[in-house]
Amino acid sequence: MTQSSAFKQRIAEAIADDRLHRAVLSATVERDDLRRAEWARLTDVQGLRELARRIKDHTLDNLDRYLDQLITSFERLGIHVHFASTAEEARAATIDIAREHDCLHIVKSKSMLTEEIHLNEALEQAGLEVIETDLGEYLLQLDDDRPSHITCPAVHKDVAACAQTFTEKLGTPYTEDPPTLVKIARKALRDAFREADMAITGANFAVAESGTIVLIMNEGNGRFCVHHPRVHVAMMGIEKIVPTLNDLSVMLKLLARSATAQRMNIDTHLITGPKRDDDPDGPEHMHVIIVDAGRSAILAGRYREVLRCIRCGACLNACPVYRTVGGHAYGGTYPGPIGKLIAGLLSNYDHGVELPAASSLCGACLDACPVKIDIPRMLLNMRADAIGRSWENRAKSRLLRRAMWAMRSPLRYEWGQRLIRTLMRMKAGRDGWLRRGFGPGRDWTAAQRDMKAPARRSFRDLWKKGEIR
Amino acid sequence: MRVGLFITCLTDTYYPRVGAAVVAVLRHLGCEVRFPTEQTCCGQPAFNNGLLDEARPLVANLAGVFRDDEYVVSPSASCAAMIGEHGPELFSAGSEPRRLIDDLASRMFDFTSFLCNVLKADPAPWIDGLKLDNAAFHYSCHSRPFVSPETAVERIDRLLGGRVTPLERFDQCCGFGGMFAMEYPQISGAMVEDKVQCIEASGAKTIICDEAGCRMNIEGALHRKGMDVRVVHTAEVIAEALGLSLPEGT
Repeated sequence: MTQSSAFKQRIAEAIADDRLHRAVLSATVERDDLRRAEWARLTDVQGLRELARRIKDHTLDNLDRYLDQLITSFERLGIHVHFASTAEEARAATIDIAREHDCLHIVKSKSMLTEEIHLNEALEQAGLEVIETDLGEYLLQLDDDRPSHITCPAVHKDVAACAQTFTEKLGTPYTEDPPTLVKIARKALRDAFREADMAITGANFAVAESGTIVLIMNEGNGRFCVHHPRVHVAMMGIEKIVPTLNDLSVMLKLLARSATAQRMNIDTHLITGPKRDDDPDGPEHMHVIIVDAGRSAILAGRYREVLRCIRCGACLNACPVYRTVGGHAYGGTYPGPIGKLIAGLLSNYDHGVELPAASSLCGACLDACPVKIDIPRMLLNMRADAIGRSWENRAKSRLLRRAMWAMRSPLRYEWGQRLIRTLMRMKAGRDGWLRRGFGPGRDWTAAQRDMKAPARRSFRDLWKKGEIR
Repeated sequence: MRVGLFITCLTDTYYPRVGAAVVAVLRHLGCEVRFPTEQTCCGQPAFNNGLLDEARPLVANLAGVFRDDEYVVSPSASCAAMIGEHGPELFSAGSEPRRLIDDLASRMFDFTSFLCNVLKADPAPWIDGLKLDNAAFHYSCHSRPFVSPETAVERIDRLLGGRVTPLERFDQCCGFGGMFAMEYPQISGAMVEDKVQCIEASGAKTIICDEAGCRMNIEGALHRKGMDVRVVHTAEVIAEALGLSLPEGT
């Protein structure tokens, strides 16, 4: 199966799944409404977005310098620094750290980067136990499922699906009462925390001047991760840097509001080094793995602004396509508008070359992006990159080239218009509508909508006859 | 005020009455309207699908066609934004075509934005004549360069005397998106289905929608479902209120 038809297959499955559609639509619309309301409460949200954009652009433009500064800060604090240029190196580095410290039981807090590099599978193959501790991620792990949203991983599941998973996998009595379900998870996770000797987290931000790793969450699981186990491994992409703690404050203000419409998350951890002698708790050893895995290639090209992304998920919630098909249809780690960009770019178009066309270019993502990534513009660039790369694209480009050639002459335009009008009016019913289109119009009417036939006389015909007054 | 009318392919071919309404209202408000027949397409279908070389000559043609008009007004914000937002970047800075496009971009408006931002038209003359019962508003995505969803609602409220309510999810895309509607009919179809459900829930009998593409999509889905809801352009509503509509059957 070609990439494109596999994608269309996933779309068909998603659209056929009414329960999925309802769960995703209601969750995303609600989150998007709340985000807009929270943004509107800021005195100058546009100014703040612009400031955040500038901070990110400045950092990306000087990334080599800030990486050096960050590493120096980490080392000053006694944090061990590892650099992984590929996903494979990042997985190997994690396993090496576990072996070095004789760790067997790993707890994880939510991290998209570890999803991206398929870390859990590698750890399990290396004989390590790994338990996700974010409630949504935990549920997905029990179910052998994947996240379908950046900040709300189990958005594709309704309460009944969660209840069923717990009953099947944990053997607890069936209940659809969310507080009871949370209690069941909490009990199971407390045991995991107690037993863990190593924690793996992502990093929402890393502050170059201070060497601070910032973790943001709402469930407190991250706190247990970084307080109890002996070893803490934080994995971060190279783009997660902010220069100063002042810059961080701007990002925090926008991230919480954009992701979950909170002014501040329940837990915002600023972790600056491993346990000190007089600290009551914390990890004895702290490692940071800085991962490239395709990012520096993006940095070097015309898609640099994609690296501004702070993974808030606001573009997913705003996107009518995401609302319709959910996250799994995208087929990669990152779904939604930003996922359409990242999938192709991180893999150098090994995956996802077909994704940018699956957009109406409505622009809701740009309106929702706290760091103003011009996602529609990036999608347009990627469409240009995709030309001729699949037979579907070659067919589409051929059709458009012919149409545009016709449009280059007013005479050809008029005759083309007459031809289409005649053909369509012949095929149309008495009411002037086609139930079944022809040519490219077949796909139009396949989607439960009729096609209007052209008017009997065009505007220009009326104008020329002097009937427009 | 001298205005060049940029009719756009879809309005020319499918909705000539919208074009007629735009002309009638602009003339009523004292504009001198010209329609140069050498105009064709803005090149958006090519541009949106990465075929920049194919879009370029079409943009350049329009820059030439409209070079002497004081303003250029289009029923469609999408095609106007193709010129205003994307046109300039197709030509290198400092070149002669770029100068022409930049100049055109600064004079280019969609009808409703022109009415509100340039003419600053007073709606009083048509408010009493408005034939709007149960009307709801759909925001077209490609209006974004001219007007935000929130401002569009305020604007339509003022222009049509508070007779129109925004649909639920009024600024969610209807699923048209040009070639997208044919490349991904399942997604596009599900999106317009959601739009139709919002229309059904609103109980509206008239939908105000300024974009011909959105309109073909929404009308197509309404027609398939057999729903008796009419979709109209702001210009048509105003022309009707002023008694300036084309005779039926033209």
